Amino acid sequence: MIEISDFSITFGKGTSNEVKALDKVSLTINDGSFVVVLGTNGSGKSTLLNGLAGNFFPDTGTVLLDGINITRWLEHKRASLIGRVFQNPFSGTAPDMSIAENLALAARRGQTRGFGPALHRSNRKLFYERIRTLNMGLEERLDNPIGKLSGGQRQALTLLMATWQMPRLLLLDEHTAALDPKTAAKVIQLTADIIYRDHLTTLMVTHSMQQAVALGDRLIMMHNGRVAFDFSGAEKKRLKAGDLLNLFDDLRRTELIDASVATMLERNYV
Amino acid sequence: MTLLIGSLTIGLILALLALGIFIGFKIFNFPDITAEGSVTFGAAIAASLIASGASPLAATVVAFAGGLLAGTVTGLLHTKFNINGLLSGILVMTALYSVNLHVMGKSNVPLLNETTLITDFEKTSRFLFSSDGLLSLGGWKVPAGDLAVLCCVFLLVAVVAFLLFLFFRTNLGTAMRATGNNDQMIRAMGVNTRTMIVLGLALSNGLIALSGAFLAQYQGFADVQMGIGMLVWGLASVIIGEALIAKSSTGFLIIGAIMGSVIFRLLVAIALRWGMNPNDLKLITAVFVFIALILPALLTKIRIGRANSKTA
Repeated sequence: MIEISDFSITFGKGTSNEVKALDKVSLTINDGSFVVVLGTNGSGKSTLLNGLAGNFFPDTGTVLLDGINITRWLEHKRASLIGRVFQNPFSGTAPDMSIAENLALAARRGQTRGFGPALHRSNRKLFYERIRTLNMGLEERLDNPIGKLSGGQRQALTLLMATWQMPRLLLLDEHTAALDPKTAAKVIQLTADIIYRDHLTTLMVTHSMQQAVALGDRLIMMHNGRVAFDFSGAEKKRLKAGDLLNLFDDLRRTELIDASVATMLERNYV
Repeated sequence: MTLLIGSLTIGLILALLALGIFIGFKIFNFPDITAEGSVTFGAAIAASLIASGASPLAATVVAFAGGLLAGTVTGLLHTKFNINGLLSGILVMTALYSVNLHVMGKSNVPLLNETTLITDFEKTSRFLFSSDGLLSLGGWKVPAGDLAVLCCVFLLVAVVAFLLFLFFRTNLGTAMRATGNNDQMIRAMGVNTRTMIVLGLALSNGLIALSGAFLAQYQGFADVQMGIGMLVWGLASVIIGEALIAKSSTGFLIIGAIMGSVIFRLLVAIALRWGMNPNDLKLITAVFVFIALILPALLTKIRIGRANSKTA
């Protein structure tokens, strides 16, 4: 279970460009829950994921993961509990290293790394078997540098790597946004398969209404650094893509009101 | 022939330096300038200890440890204090200049009549070639001692290279390579990239100091100025090796760095023999590295230019 409370992150504090990316976000995510995160640009959804992964520390607030306070843990330390797939297919793999070596790195996530050989017959066999389930023919290319693969192939492998050691929390940050529709569909299918098979607690940021409707048991929509809407259970199941678009419109309209109110106040009082 | 053997030996000794620089520049993509200080540091430690009567083996091991320490300091400056990588190296290199003078007590320590690892290597000629006089090698008269030194240094470099190769295939070594290749990814895999950089720079400078220790014993002195230009020298070796091997796997790059070092030394020996002014050596090395660095991009540009003019 993840308990996020009063989580605030401000960028450029004290400068004229100060941006409150997250504003006292509180969120409790149950074990095995698959949460889809939607939001306008700059709404703070990526900041939320990066904040959970430890890329930056919050100004205020705490994060408890299975009761452990990880708020001040450095990124690499949290990685023992958290699996990640990035938006950029180049971010999640080491391009000049082979497929097998990348998997070997992932297979020791959160474990000590000593002088034992990274690759040996038994783990190579394991990698071969698991990669074969991807049906991409990559199992025959274990020793090829991963940088030679397409974005979709790399993203599929990153997904495999992020979930090799079962994470307590899986963070997916628009991980299909850079892929063509066909490849994206394939990677999403793989994502769903793995998450439902292992009952992984997941936060998935997406811009695809289709994915948001089809996947997950909970949906949160973020706006201006806050959770604007939160649907779960039957309510989430009933949501259609059209409903989501209407919600987006609502948010945009409130924003317009905010802006016009501001100009009106300015005209009248300044 | 004696000249050839001498060049090969120095080329192999400097191959250790090239391997150190290979780790910094190729594995970590880290512009580590500490090398210029740590090669002298290794030489200074080894020469001073040997001159004061320590066993040459112990002196060489301590020199290696000194290099580890120098690299660790550079790594900590960079990772703990967030100092730019280039600047961290410059700071440690500059500081080492004074440290080296203190270690040696003067600017030059001669080792003329001392027992060193190199003189020990020379003695193996009786065992290797059952001779300590002149050997006939393809019609050339060669001192058996020099040849024995060459063989021993070759063996040494081969062992170091092999250990390095094995190391980069361990869990720790793969994590180090990944740190240089994609630090975001490897942090997400739970690796502390800062620790990796410190360990890597330590190893790198350890090898460089080891190279300095052997160089001092081979040439019979340590000098506070001997590090100048060593970084570019090592880079040239790595670049030549890369071009020769034309493969990107770690094992081949290690072999390439060694070959590059030996070939570069031979080229220099030939150039000097042809009457090149030794004062120009560093200038020419720098120009050479410059050309080697811009050549790949330049070739692609020319190739694209040609392809475009054809289609136009």
